[in-house]
Amino acid sequence: MLFPLYWMVNTALQPESGLLDVAPVPHAVDLSGFADALAEQGGHLLTSLAVALGAVVICLAVAAPAAYGLARFRLPGARSIVFATLITQMVPGIVIANALYSAYVELGLVNSYFGLMLADASLGIPFAIVLMRSFMLAVPQEVIEAAEVDGAGTVRTFVQVVLPMSRNSLITAGLFSFLYAWSDFMFALTLNTTDDVKPVTLGIYQYIGAHVGDWGSVMAAAVLSAVPAAVLLVLAQKYIAAGITGGSVK
Amino acid sequence: MTTVSTTVPAAHRTTAGGRPPSRPARRRRLSQWGFIAPAVVFMLLFFGYPLVRNVVMSFQDFSPSTFFDGRSPFNGTDNWSKVFHDDLFGKALWHTVVFTVGSLVGQFGIGLALAVFFTKRFPLNGFLRSLILLPWLVPMVVSGVVWRRILDQDTGVLNSFADTLGLGGNTPWLTSPGTALFSVILVNVWIGIPFNMVILYGGLQEVPRELYEAAALDGASAWRTFRSVTLPLLRPVITVVLVLGFMSTVKILDLILALTDGGPADSTQTLGTLTYQNSFVQLDFGAGAVVGNVLILISAVFAVLYLRANRSEGK
Repeated sequence: MLFPLYWMVNTALQPESGLLDVAPVPHAVDLSGFADALAEQGGHLLTSLAVALGAVVICLAVAAPAAYGLARFRLPGARSIVFATLITQMVPGIVIANALYSAYVELGLVNSYFGLMLADASLGIPFAIVLMRSFMLAVPQEVIEAAEVDGAGTVRTFVQVVLPMSRNSLITAGLFSFLYAWSDFMFALTLNTTDDVKPVTLGIYQYIGAHVGDWGSVMAAAVLSAVPAAVLLVLAQKYIAAGITGGSVK
Repeated sequence: MTTVSTTVPAAHRTTAGGRPPSRPARRRRLSQWGFIAPAVVFMLLFFGYPLVRNVVMSFQDFSPSTFFDGRSPFNGTDNWSKVFHDDLFGKALWHTVVFTVGSLVGQFGIGLALAVFFTKRFPLNGFLRSLILLPWLVPMVVSGVVWRRILDQDTGVLNSFADTLGLGGNTPWLTSPGTALFSVILVNVWIGIPFNMVILYGGLQEVPRELYEAAALDGASAWRTFRSVTLPLLRPVITVVLVLGFMSTVKILDLILALTDGGPADSTQTLGTLTYQNSFVQLDFGAGAVVGNVLILISAVFAVLYLRANRSEGK
């Protein structure tokens, strides 16, 4: 299972003309692939980081209140909203991009950071709402009522009581919306017509077109773009496992 | 721009706004809607609008010249008949079926085997289980690029390995129309195993231990226990895994573009890549919308199945 990833790192560490066989273990570590990759893709990595962080902020700002509202208030139509949230997770992204492109052209959002952040946030929002809602359903009513008896308004109760208690689900939702946005390729490919906003996924895709001979630096770029996933897996294992299972069950 | 500027003031107005205190109930209701409104507006703009717009677009004439000057007159069912009369559509539909079914069978089979394997206690169990998640977390384009290197006919490690074993090391994994679809499925199976494994592992943990003990007392074999105890109890989880796997596989674009770009000779073209090709390469957004609508219809059928499965599992 992990061999391809090992091979990615291995290839990245070897000087290679692209025609020679790659040694199973690097004889001498050669970082020139990484130097090339950083020179060519460093900016795109920063773009990815900026877009992904922006998407996380938008996603949590939109999804957390909604999750609370849907878990706590008895509003007419709330059930259908939850239902619609489940459905949206099944709309193929390319279909969204197809329609979004012309709307983006009219709104001037093509080739903009904000436009891509919004589109990428849409990847995480339904998941975040579903996940956080089920978590917030478990916050005891007494705690919320106690806060309100103490004179806290709905907003203060939400910010000062519910959000801290739902910390774990916020982290999980944020983590996944980061990973979704970081991995996004389709919106990056379709909503950008120039090189102004180019995340690393798009950078690598174009890189293989131009650098087929220089696999060492292509693989180094691949390693760099896989780093967030690896780091998050090490640092936040339990949240990732929770997210994968949480997303599948309501 | 629009989402933020229309929703944020609304939220402020309802929470801090100066409603007369004589109507506290109404005020409270409004502030409650303020929590949900931004998400509803966002989802309407990013899911509702595209769905409607795609249907409209499928009846409009787009071409490289008309798209940019803003004229896209309605042309009846021209796009539909054009797409349905194109051989490529039938091919893409068939490839989508093969790709989806092949991926699901592989991912699920191996995922289930690994999930069962991890129910045994052994050192490093938890560590290995989380390590296996990595292929699922790495961006799909990146996995595609890495596999493109591994599957390279002349310099890829898979062929040189097969060569060493004397199995003939010259398979054109991605460059021959006969093998490319198979190779793409293979890579997608690799990507999907972790997800299947984690969910199924979770399901296996829920099976009560007593049932296994009872089966052991009855002298049931391991295979018999698996078939008569594990599988039936796992059924709801299996349904969810398969439907979610279907939903994510049927629309895959990144992986196929990174591995083959739909080639060679359109042998890995699916409904997803065809939508992309029509719209963003040929700039015929009308034809793209037609294929996209077909994709949505297929997804909708399975969305219904998913919701059913989810409901019956919940209660």
